[in-house]
Amino acid sequence: MKRHLISAADLSRADALLILDTAEELASLADRPIKKLPTLRGRTVVNLFYEDSTRTRISFEAAAKRLSADVINFSAKGSSVAKGESLKDTALTLEAMGADAVVIRHGASGAAHRLAGWVRGSVLNAGDGTHEHPTQALLDAFTIRRRLAGGVRGGGQPPRDRGVPGGRPPGLTPRGAGLDGIRVTIVGDVLHSRVARSNVLLLSTLGAEVTLAAPPTLLPLAVGSWPCTVSYDLDGELPKSDVVMMLRVQQERMTAAYFPSVREYSRRYGLDASRMARLPEHAIVMHPGPMNRGVEIAAEVADSVRSTIVEQVANGVTTRMAVLYLLLGGTEFPATELPAVAR
Amino acid sequence: MTAAGPGAGRENHARWLIRGVAIPGEDEPGSRVTDILLGGGTITAIGSGLDHSGARVLDADGLIALPGLVDLHTHLREPGREDAETVETGTAAAALGGYTAVHAMANTDPVADTAGVVEQVWRLGRTAGHCDVQPVGAVTVGLAGARLAELGTMADSAARVRVFSDDGRCVSDPLLMRRALEYVKAFDGVIAQHAQDPRLTEGAQLNEGEMSARLGLAGWPAVAEEAIIARDCLLAAHVGSALHICHVSTAGSAEIIRWAKSKGWRVTAEVTPHHLLLTDEFAAAYDPVFKVNPPLRTEADVAELRRALADGTIDCVATDHAPHPAEAKETEWAEAAFGMTGLETALRVVHRAMVDTGLLDWHGVADRMSVRPARIGRLAGHGAPLAVGGPANLTLYDPAAPAEAVTPAGASKSRNTPFAGMELPGRVLATFLRGVPTVLDGKLA
Repeated sequence: MKRHLISAADLSRADALLILDTAEELASLADRPIKKLPTLRGRTVVNLFYEDSTRTRISFEAAAKRLSADVINFSAKGSSVAKGESLKDTALTLEAMGADAVVIRHGASGAAHRLAGWVRGSVLNAGDGTHEHPTQALLDAFTIRRRLAGGVRGGGQPPRDRGVPGGRPPGLTPRGAGLDGIRVTIVGDVLHSRVARSNVLLLSTLGAEVTLAAPPTLLPLAVGSWPCTVSYDLDGELPKSDVVMMLRVQQERMTAAYFPSVREYSRRYGLDASRMARLPEHAIVMHPGPMNRGVEIAAEVADSVRSTIVEQVANGVTTRMAVLYLLLGGTEFPATELPAVAR
Repeated sequence: MTAAGPGAGRENHARWLIRGVAIPGEDEPGSRVTDILLGGGTITAIGSGLDHSGARVLDADGLIALPGLVDLHTHLREPGREDAETVETGTAAAALGGYTAVHAMANTDPVADTAGVVEQVWRLGRTAGHCDVQPVGAVTVGLAGARLAELGTMADSAARVRVFSDDGRCVSDPLLMRRALEYVKAFDGVIAQHAQDPRLTEGAQLNEGEMSARLGLAGWPAVAEEAIIARDCLLAAHVGSALHICHVSTAGSAEIIRWAKSKGWRVTAEVTPHHLLLTDEFAAAYDPVFKVNPPLRTEADVAELRRALADGTIDCVATDHAPHPAEAKETEWAEAAFGMTGLETALRVVHRAMVDTGLLDWHGVADRMSVRPARIGRLAGHGAPLAVGGPANLTLYDPAAPAEAVTPAGASKSRNTPFAGMELPGRVLATFLRGVPTVLDGKLA
């Protein structure tokens, strides 16, 4: 693996599987009374958050702490950033403090790239503008794999006939498995979504068949160059989907004429109970959060047994632990040695 | 500008003999190797065995002589942003690049929208003496796009302004653009348009295409440039005036200009060195040194711009030299300033993009970088082919100098060159302004 995790495109299939398999090992930890590993003792992880994102920051913080790292939270509010300090100067400050890893959330696309040029530690992109959010894609892939990929190793049947709605039976951890043949439909504001960019890249790397369903205004003009297919018709895609991933739609897009009204958007691209009924039996519904209930997703869908939304949050901690472990603990430990470390 | 002398304190009576230099002719590769004698600000003789008693001799074996280069599009930043560039440093950079005249854009602080400001810039240029500085006047007061600046007063001032531009911003109001085009007919002026539809480019960061989609940067569609160019060509035709298009960056723009010229309309256009060599792929690591307005486009655009420059659809190369202090570029992409320096590298870039590719010979380079820009800028005393009796404005260039990596440190105050580290051929060895060397042996004279 590379030193930084900035784009899902940085990950080969082997890299991605190593992270997911490592996350599976670490997940077993969550069930133990003492959840902490000594792996990153003495290492410093800085959470550098220029945007409010309580859920992502807490997730990274929990992940680092469970690996015994020292965590420094640096939020743009109340810091020198508010006084106009540049990202570069902030980076040099963190560098002087000896940060081993910097987790950055920033409103500008490419901020993580820039940061990586200014610090020696590892840079983890926790969302940069409308570019990428690779750990979100990893936790989504982890969630999909746990729910749906079990059948792959059994061979034969496609996974959509083998899925286990409502959770996998204990003991069936799909190590080494990709997402081959799993059909994922990502719905909504792809143009402005860092989650969508990272998921298209990572899920296709792992073998999934990704379709984007959105109004044409909310798709990049050059989306044809992406490793996915595109549809303007959500209803046509639903019966063929193993996974539906709903993206958050910001209401202010309406004023920029991306769509006429929230109501029309919801009518054409929102996931309500009747649309959910068109999904195959085993299909799951995902959302990276935070949700606009009643806009892109109806409450009854968000709270249904198909919804993995809460599970995604829990998987986020595990997946981010795996990423921190592999970036900071070093790749010299093959994944197979992990249980020893975990013990 | 013919009255403008070189800077105070420079000796104008010394004679120079440039020996064994090649003057690229139309019948290339048959460049004529000859001697050129300069005296009294003009070329006094061309030939061999010239009587050069008392003249200093410059051995120009292997060099070519081009008429002094003319830039239609330079940001000298003075007054207002002397931290980025001054007339002194910017014109020094120009001389090192082989230029004998530059057009100073109006987006200074205060804006060059009055006779007072354009005359100040003009005088600063005369004092610096590295090259002639011809101020460009703003089209609208404060570049605000609301009412016309006093174009006639600027035209009548000592600076004799003929080119007017709100560059950096587009004159997007079609009625105002029509009036501006119409009004400058009275004094043979030209409106140089920065073609960028403001609504189509709100928040835009990078050419809208595969790269902007991948990088998550707001797209800057080609149509935002092309729609304004099409509109303005029609307006120029309607009122029978002269339109110049700044920094053409797309294949579609070239096609529209080709069509407008085929109608016989008075439309001219420029392309920057960077749009002839770089693409939006350079933005991949989000280094804002590649952030520019208009944005870097695709390989197909670059190819078409080169073709259009070669066939004359695009009249000239203009640098859009846009210096910025380091802190304006050492930021996130979206925060960074638009613009690149270009004066010191322009000729070498054109060498690589146009000559090495066989699209232009050196006679063509002289035409696109000196003759035509001087004509578009209504600049007397520049852009004349090298001939006896003509002004002694010339550039000596070594086309065989081995390709060397570009270093960001030069005469410009700013370091934001996108070509840093890139190996480019050729070398400017000397520049003469009215017979006086401003550059000798590749260094400021």
